[in-house]
Amino acid sequence: MSRLQVVSGKGGTGKTTVAAALALALATEGKRALLVEVEGRQGIAQLFETEALPYEERKVAVAPGGGEVYALAIDVELALLDYLQMFYRLGGAGRALRKIGAIDFATTIAPGVRDVLLTGKVCEAVRRKDKQGRFAYDYVVMDAPPTGRITRFLNVNDEVAGLAKIGPIHNQAQAVMRVLKSPETAVHLVTLLEEMPVQETVDGMAELKAAGLPAGRVLVNMVRPAVLDAPVPTDVRRQDIAKALSRAGLGGARKGGRAEQLVEPLLAQAADYEERVALERRQRAELAELGLPVHELELLAEGIDLAGLFRLAAELRKQGL
Amino acid sequence: MSLTPAVPLDVDPLLDDPETRIMVCCGAGGVGKTTTAAALGLRAAERGRKVVVLTIDPARRLAQSMGIDSLDNTPRRVKDVDGPGELHAMMLDMKRTFDEIVEAHADAERSRAILENPFYQSLSAGFAGTQEYMAMEKLGQLRSREEWDLIVVDTPPSRSALDFLDAPKNLGSFLDGKFIRVLMAPAKVGGRAGMKFLNVGMSMMTGTLGKLLGGQFLRDVQTFVAAMDTMFGGFRTRADATYQLLQAPGTAFLVVAAPERDALREAAYFVERLAAEKMPLAGLVLNRVHGSGAAQLSAERALAAAENLDERRIVDQDAGKVGVQNSPETPSGSPEPEPAHSVDGTNSADGTDGTDTVDAHAQHLTTGLLRLHAERMQLLAREQRTRDRFTALHPEVAVTEVAALPGDVHDLAGLRDIGDRLAAGGTRPTGAA
Repeated sequence: MSRLQVVSGKGGTGKTTVAAALALALATEGKRALLVEVEGRQGIAQLFETEALPYEERKVAVAPGGGEVYALAIDVELALLDYLQMFYRLGGAGRALRKIGAIDFATTIAPGVRDVLLTGKVCEAVRRKDKQGRFAYDYVVMDAPPTGRITRFLNVNDEVAGLAKIGPIHNQAQAVMRVLKSPETAVHLVTLLEEMPVQETVDGMAELKAAGLPAGRVLVNMVRPAVLDAPVPTDVRRQDIAKALSRAGLGGARKGGRAEQLVEPLLAQAADYEERVALERRQRAELAELGLPVHELELLAEGIDLAGLFRLAAELRKQGL
Repeated sequence: MSLTPAVPLDVDPLLDDPETRIMVCCGAGGVGKTTTAAALGLRAAERGRKVVVLTIDPARRLAQSMGIDSLDNTPRRVKDVDGPGELHAMMLDMKRTFDEIVEAHADAERSRAILENPFYQSLSAGFAGTQEYMAMEKLGQLRSREEWDLIVVDTPPSRSALDFLDAPKNLGSFLDGKFIRVLMAPAKVGGRAGMKFLNVGMSMMTGTLGKLLGGQFLRDVQTFVAAMDTMFGGFRTRADATYQLLQAPGTAFLVVAAPERDALREAAYFVERLAAEKMPLAGLVLNRVHGSGAAQLSAERALAAAENLDERRIVDQDAGKVGVQNSPETPSGSPEPEPAHSVDGTNSADGTDGTDTVDAHAQHLTTGLLRLHAERMQLLAREQRTRDRFTALHPEVAVTEVAALPGDVHDLAGLRDIGDRLAAGGTRPTGAA
């Protein structure tokens, strides 16, 4: 199991939820996992029902079996100031830099600097060791930018090492890439069983591979349970269903009876359902062609709360993740 | 069935109004923003307007659904549009758009110097902000050409809804800002009286940046900035102009969401932000709303009925037959007499008597149908709750609901269907589909 787990996915697929569940799943038997947010949305705080996370590693949950999950929301400006402080002991000059717009420039406008800082911070956490020489975190899980931007985001060195040909930023970019392109890292994509997210997942995995980044697993989220165990026969007799409904105590089966009136709407819903199931089958087949491990997570109909998160984590563990 | 009926959003008058010149679709990722923009564009065109849809999402399927292989930076006419109007579609190419601005505002030699500058190349190829900025720039261009009755835009899939409104200002303030002047000519700034202290700070800073980013990079930036010098004012002016254009009465913002907690939370946030920026909000498009033709049957009753049927089936199977006597607990609230079940228990499982017995397969199928219905009704209730929460927070926001489709949109007919649903969803009582 790679120590850096990058979780991306199309918007709306629940990648933050899956990343959080993965961190919980990895924090088994006394292990420590760090869950990192890079897009400043405070999604992790919402999931773990805590107040907004500061730029500081903080324990957010204890996993079953005693493992711990820490979380960090990276603030790019602070990361840059930290970084400058570390290398240049800038002191008050940091504030001057901010005043003049240099920090803004570096973190929002300068190509790639933002991404170098974010991935740099994550890789630092991956490599960090305590005094005894043990890794500070057994696993680091990154809630990464969406699929459309993930390869570019991770592949910062092309951009930055090329632009800044010497200097610490250059070195930093190189060091980050060594971690990201090694087997220490796995990039997972979260998808739904719908056409557009699956298409993006297929494209995204191809892009990752082309960039030499380690494509990990496909995590299918919000999978709806099967309700009908067989397709509705095309020659089904309306009258038979009306009778069964009536028998279940839902009114009369005769034409115009209350049970009879339910037949058409119920069959229409079944047709919708079957269309969806057929579509999902096609999406599963497309994902299978990627030749990567595929995991499915059930839809938690009532929305995600802390209990739901632990359920998803248990599910991931059961599937050997 | 809605407890708090929202103000209906009537889409057609908005599309037909010649005063409506720009429609902006915004919202969280994955809620169907781009499809909504395309469907609105098609509907407006088929109602007689000359429309261009500017999309930011490079979804091939959307292009294909409009019969275009791939969209690019030039509006392409969509064929097979019914009615007197025209539909054109384009996809933002931010690098191309940026290049065009450079070419339009600098002489040949200078623009070549800019276009070849490595800093410019990565700036224009896209990182935080450029896409949003160029979307605004393109919108400004399209609008000023006066070629279109209506421009429909979908917003970039940003980190958050705020980026779209902030990015132009960010880039504008950078390009106009102190920092760029420092990069260009540190000595000039420092030379002014009373700026000595700043001067020390500046040279230290450029020195630091040089160390941090590498001298070559800084030189690239400086060359770029020097070459772009005369254009900066223009960026700022145009960013401001586009911003004002968005605030003008001819613009209509549509917040797109799905009836899910996160999407609606972001929608609420966006509504507040638009109000703060004095941007004209037309309403909320609620996509993928579910309905049921059998809403009179609640989830609880459907599940109870399914269980009831299952139990009977097991009993029947144990007894080796189907269609045995009425159990005494069968509710008798029905005005019609229950279908005659055989009382003597002599009918065999294959139901030789057809009319008396309930076919075992049909019975099994019916339990499935009932469970499916219960699931649907639970979904409806959840959607209603999240919607009600939004409406309670923002009762003033007009809403149109778009009934969920089982599959994705693949062609113009599909977009037309969505357009019909968009138009119908605001006029009908809410909650139905």
